[in-house]
Amino acid sequence: MNKDIIEGLKGGAVIALSASPFAVLFGAVAVDNGLTVFDAALMSATIYAGASQLVGIELFGQHVAPWLIVLSIFAVNFRHILYSAAIARHIRTYSLVQKAVAFFFLIDPQFAEAIRRAEQGSPLTFSWYMAFALVIYFPWLLFSTLGAWFGSMLGDPRVWAIDVLLPIYFMGLVLGFRRKPGFYPVVAASMVGSVTGYYLVGSPWHVSIGAICGVLVAALLPLPSQPVATAVSEEAAP
Amino acid sequence: MDDLSTLWLILVAALATYATRVGGYVLITRMRTLPPRLEQALNAVPAAVLTTLWAPAFFTNGWDVRLALIAAALVSLRYPGLIMLAAGWAAAMLARHVIGL
Repeated sequence: MNKDIIEGLKGGAVIALSASPFAVLFGAVAVDNGLTVFDAALMSATIYAGASQLVGIELFGQHVAPWLIVLSIFAVNFRHILYSAAIARHIRTYSLVQKAVAFFFLIDPQFAEAIRRAEQGSPLTFSWYMAFALVIYFPWLLFSTLGAWFGSMLGDPRVWAIDVLLPIYFMGLVLGFRRKPGFYPVVAASMVGSVTGYYLVGSPWHVSIGAICGVLVAALLPLPSQPVATAVSEEAAP
Repeated sequence: MDDLSTLWLILVAALATYATRVGGYVLITRMRTLPPRLEQALNAVPAAVLTTLWAPAFFTNGWDVRLALIAAALVSLRYPGLIMLAAGWAAAMLARHVIGL
């Protein structure tokens, strides 16, 4: 088998494994909030964005207006706009159809690993990308369906410390970027923005607020070896 | 909410999600060259976004979650992802069931 496919399958399997408790959790909570097993599976298959799926079913349970549910899911997923913008220059060789397919699978770990791979100098081939994506996608679908079937059998996720796995995983990804220029000011800004947003505005908006803070700080940081005058004039540009 | 409107709601939410995953690409390819500040901002996207997915958990939870994250951060300085995940998980289990935090 192609080396890219093997590496993609290996890397993706680790993610699939650490995501499976969340898939089970999602399915269980979905049924608990009045969705059918089919609805839960359909959400995993078509939305395919864990955090926003959990936000969505929480709102389903509260019977809020449908447009507000869609808007909330859109807000939680808004960060993907930044992902597809950042990944664009690494996938120039893909055909239009390949790009359209690839973007459907552009979840957090997919983006993080793809960028890491591209920055380490390995080409971001379509075969690596899809091997990595599909070995996460199908277990996600399978385990969320299983979770919905078994419903409340999982019990309280805190007892088995399942709730700490996702924050730990995301923190690990962030720490992997610690040698990039501007890492500390960006992370500090994003931290302050997201925690303040969490208290003042509430979830899920803190994700977008924190991300915007971090990205703004990065944009305002001095450019490497560039005269100050140009930097100032560029700030006036749109 | 009846079954049919739930179905439509899920499909519209799926479309909205897909729009976020294509949107950035469509916007960025409209521009010819990237201004250096925009490029610097794009390079910061992963760290800026992923931080928001764990920082509130650290500050809004008890010491069980904090200990788990601190332990995982220390382990991640030397060991790969799955070992870091195991160390953080073990710290949380220890904090909850042995220390009783």
